[in-house]
Amino acid sequence: MNQLALAIPWLGKRNPAAARWVVIALALAAPLIAVLFGKTWVRILDFAMLYVMLAIGLNLVVGFAGLLDLGYIAFYAVGAYTFAFLASPHFDIHLPFWLALPAGAAFAALAGIILGLPTLRLRGDYLAIVTLGFGEIVRIFLNNLNHPINITNGPQGINMVDPLVLFGWDISQGLQIGESFKINSLFLYYYVFLAFVVLSIILVQRLQISRIGRAWAAIRDDELAAKAIGINTRNMKLLAFSLGATFGGVSGGLFAAFQGFVSPESFSLMESIAVLTMIVFGGMGNLAGVIVGALALTALPEILRYVAVPVQQALFDRVILDPEVLRMLLLSLAMIFMMLLRPSGLIPAYSRYSRPELVVGKQSSGEVAK
Amino acid sequence: MKHTLVALAVLGLGASAVQAQEVVKLGTAAPLTGTQSHLGKDIENGVRLAIEEYNAKGVTLGGKKVKFEVQAEDDQADPKTATTVAQRLVDSGVKGVIGHLNSGASIPASRIYNEGGIPQVSPASTNPKLTQQNFKATFRTIANDVQQGLAIGKYAATKLGTKIALIDDRTAYGQGLADEVEKAVKASGGKLVAREFTSDKATDFLSILTRIKAQSPDVIVYSGMDTQAGPMLKQIKQLGLNVKFITGDGGCTGEVIKLAGDAITGNTFCTQPGLPLDKMPGGKNFNERFKKRFNADVQIYAPYAYDATSAIIEAMKAANSSDPAKYAASIGKVNFPGVIGTVAFDAKGDIKDGAVTVYQFKAGKWEAAQ
Amino acid sequence: METLLQQTVNGLVVGSVYALVALGYTMVYGILGLINFAHGDVLMIGALVALEAIRLIQLYAPDLGLIPTLLGGLGVSVIVCMALGYTIERTAYRRLRNAPRLAPLITAIGVSFLLQTLAMIIWGRNYHTFPQLVSTTPLEPVAGVFITPVQIAILVVSATLMVALLLLVNKTRLGRAMRATAENHKVASLMGVDTNKIIAATFIIGSALAAVAGVMFSSNYGIAHYAMGFMPGLKAFTAAVLGGIGNLGGAMLGGLLLGLVESIGAGYIEDMSFGFLNSSYQDIFAFVILGIVLIFRPTGLLGERVADRA
Repeated sequence: MNQLALAIPWLGKRNPAAARWVVIALALAAPLIAVLFGKTWVRILDFAMLYVMLAIGLNLVVGFAGLLDLGYIAFYAVGAYTFAFLASPHFDIHLPFWLALPAGAAFAALAGIILGLPTLRLRGDYLAIVTLGFGEIVRIFLNNLNHPINITNGPQGINMVDPLVLFGWDISQGLQIGESFKINSLFLYYYVFLAFVVLSIILVQRLQISRIGRAWAAIRDDELAAKAIGINTRNMKLLAFSLGATFGGVSGGLFAAFQGFVSPESFSLMESIAVLTMIVFGGMGNLAGVIVGALALTALPEILRYVAVPVQQALFDRVILDPEVLRMLLLSLAMIFMMLLRPSGLIPAYSRYSRPELVVGKQSSGEVAK
Repeated sequence: MKHTLVALAVLGLGASAVQAQEVVKLGTAAPLTGTQSHLGKDIENGVRLAIEEYNAKGVTLGGKKVKFEVQAEDDQADPKTATTVAQRLVDSGVKGVIGHLNSGASIPASRIYNEGGIPQVSPASTNPKLTQQNFKATFRTIANDVQQGLAIGKYAATKLGTKIALIDDRTAYGQGLADEVEKAVKASGGKLVAREFTSDKATDFLSILTRIKAQSPDVIVYSGMDTQAGPMLKQIKQLGLNVKFITGDGGCTGEVIKLAGDAITGNTFCTQPGLPLDKMPGGKNFNERFKKRFNADVQIYAPYAYDATSAIIEAMKAANSSDPAKYAASIGKVNFPGVIGTVAFDAKGDIKDGAVTVYQFKAGKWEAAQ
Repeated sequence: METLLQQTVNGLVVGSVYALVALGYTMVYGILGLINFAHGDVLMIGALVALEAIRLIQLYAPDLGLIPTLLGGLGVSVIVCMALGYTIERTAYRRLRNAPRLAPLITAIGVSFLLQTLAMIIWGRNYHTFPQLVSTTPLEPVAGVFITPVQIAILVVSATLMVALLLLVNKTRLGRAMRATAENHKVASLMGVDTNKIIAATFIIGSALAAVAGVMFSSNYGIAHYAMGFMPGLKAFTAAVLGGIGNLGGAMLGGLLLGLVESIGAGYIEDMSFGFLNSSYQDIFAFVILGIVLIFRPTGLLGERVADRA
């Protein structure tokens, strides 16, 4: 939160307290502002929150511990499918979400450990390619495990996943206040997701300045040195991997409940890359950065649809680059140029190895991804 | 002077008529950009033609003259975008939706229309699941994959040979259709000698074809898209396999003919839900009107979109209201002669007696087989 | 037996394309320690440029024979890809040579997607038919095995190129400089090797091979489109790792082996797994092999150098 507040231009530095209130107010009022442009934008905000969680989780792995994971979406898939198995007519099991969601998170964490155990001793780029393979293997299995026993329902996916039910109250039905006023479920989902995001942020922030966080930073900056000063690098990396996976799993479970439908095509390699771009764009290792990155890149395609298409139509009388192409173009250019020109991202990370009050005024360079 | 007065009077009349007119918005959603944009445009134009003709004739609902308008949205053939545009349509208060093209887009979107209480009639999505969700107002005017799979399986096993090999591309469409084909082949007394799988991105089918060759089938059924069917035909020839080949609507395109080059022969068949345009009861007349209005040829779906629009408007007329809550129940009861034949729905919302036509490759193009 | 032989031939043809692409990966990795993700997309650009060039040749010189037309298209595409490889190295990778190790990798992924997007803009998203200049009609079957002229051409051309590359690296001055640079940049440059030039040359040679592989790929399947490079690229990388990354002979061996495993695996997996798995798992062979090799023998089959060189 503090980092987000500090990132606000001008105000952030002058008056951090006010800036912090601005951030909180914005987070709370966001759907109310968005609905002025139509409920579509509230739905986009809901998705953005899910991506923020994914980005926070991946950031833990890539930004904090320096392990490039190109198959991160697999954990999202594991979470989503676990939730769908446990709360849908597919197996006719309808567990409440407070059981199904932790189960999804646990399975994702387990998947993280299973993947991590043999692979974490590989160096950076080898690890990247093995995780990429893992992501594809998970997707291929999800797509094909309907034969000979139907487990995942194959390419058809699982439909009619139960919505979130909080204390016997189905939030997909919206909230009826009095007779005439009804709060749409999209808003309710937003606040539920926001609560999860805030929890994640607090958790990750505490982690970052803890022993564990400092151990990760040490490993990221120099693994050999970290080992030499007595850090159990294998366990620490494994912890980063499984914790990151847990975030993916929770986000996946929420996605399944929100969308009501999961199918393997939602978990393609492109999604992994998209989440990676979010954290690269925002600033690896920096929470505020990845949050801004995730928000910006989720909104981007929608903004493109509203802006790029009419502009092209006005200028050239036809649409030359459709929004999807434009999005790909911007994503790939962002990856290249961020690395070349501003490798620490939009909002660079401070080297935070301890409590902020101890390092005020001593911020070092934004070198993160050593 | 007199003339001016008359003119003014006419203008005044016109103005009052406009005031008394209620505007009823109908939505349509399909891919309007990307590789399938020509098919999406086809749907949009079908809807436009229907609406313009109804407006010209004049429709009165609840004592008020109504004017229909179209809101067209681009779903980019993508599931997530489809839910976003569905939300936008619901937001902007459309009274009914004609769309989407792809089943993968229609199914997640149908949930949002259902929640918003808006009837949806798809002119093109053939996945059986669309109408199996127990939504009250989800319909389609095209035969579904159960009907198509039945037609392919039956035709292959009774007209083309007895030993059948089946390949699908592990997409929701391909796998769903292939399962129906398999049932139909067995029901018609054919023998399934091999079932193999590929992916919708594959280019090399030699190893699965070699495996199939060992079983010496009479017919290969491919359940997938044209971009695979074309190269597959080439490789069938390359392996010296002398078989008949049949695909569903995904491979019933000009693209296959282009991609297969000299490997496509009179032994190649495909099926397409619905009748060929010149065999539809209103086909010839429709084609002329369509050409005159849009200066474009009917691709495939325009007649289905036209009839889907008519079904919604006829239901409104029957209920004497454009309020979705009131007229939705009437859609299931419509029964009128449309372009594609009699438009009437069964209890699930599928078109009654949906026809499927088998085509054969002859002299450089697809022709309806005998 | 016939089936097994046929599967072997299928596998060898696919494998030799993998091998040719794998050489590009392995050379760049050997010298820079960088996985050049964009390499597969250079193959794609190679195929599409050749397609465009052949169309033009057919338009303006329709009387040119089939083979000269193909060679003309190939020539144009090789030149364009060499320029492309050089440009990529110069603009995207060179500045990151001493950057933290994740940076060039992320940039490489970016370049890969950029090339795909550009191809999508230029050539659209649909599949293009690649002109059939070498026949794909099968010859008289030998022992029940069908093979086409284009497949034979692929086997011959890739074998020739591999031998040529081995000679280049092992017998020429440039090759010696390349080996020295791979061994140790700093020392090589102290010995008077212009390492920048050598690295550029590596990219240029690798890209030329990718262009040839792209043309072979498209001639064999008769298609070309913007996303065709990604999967072969990934698989070729697997092949390079399997053979021992940084080792030219290893890349060739790895490519051929991977082709065989995929082809025979897809053909027999159902029988081997008692019907539990089937050909829908064809694409995971590469990834599983990749994982196993990296975990248990990171140096690959023929690799002698320890792969830990961060």
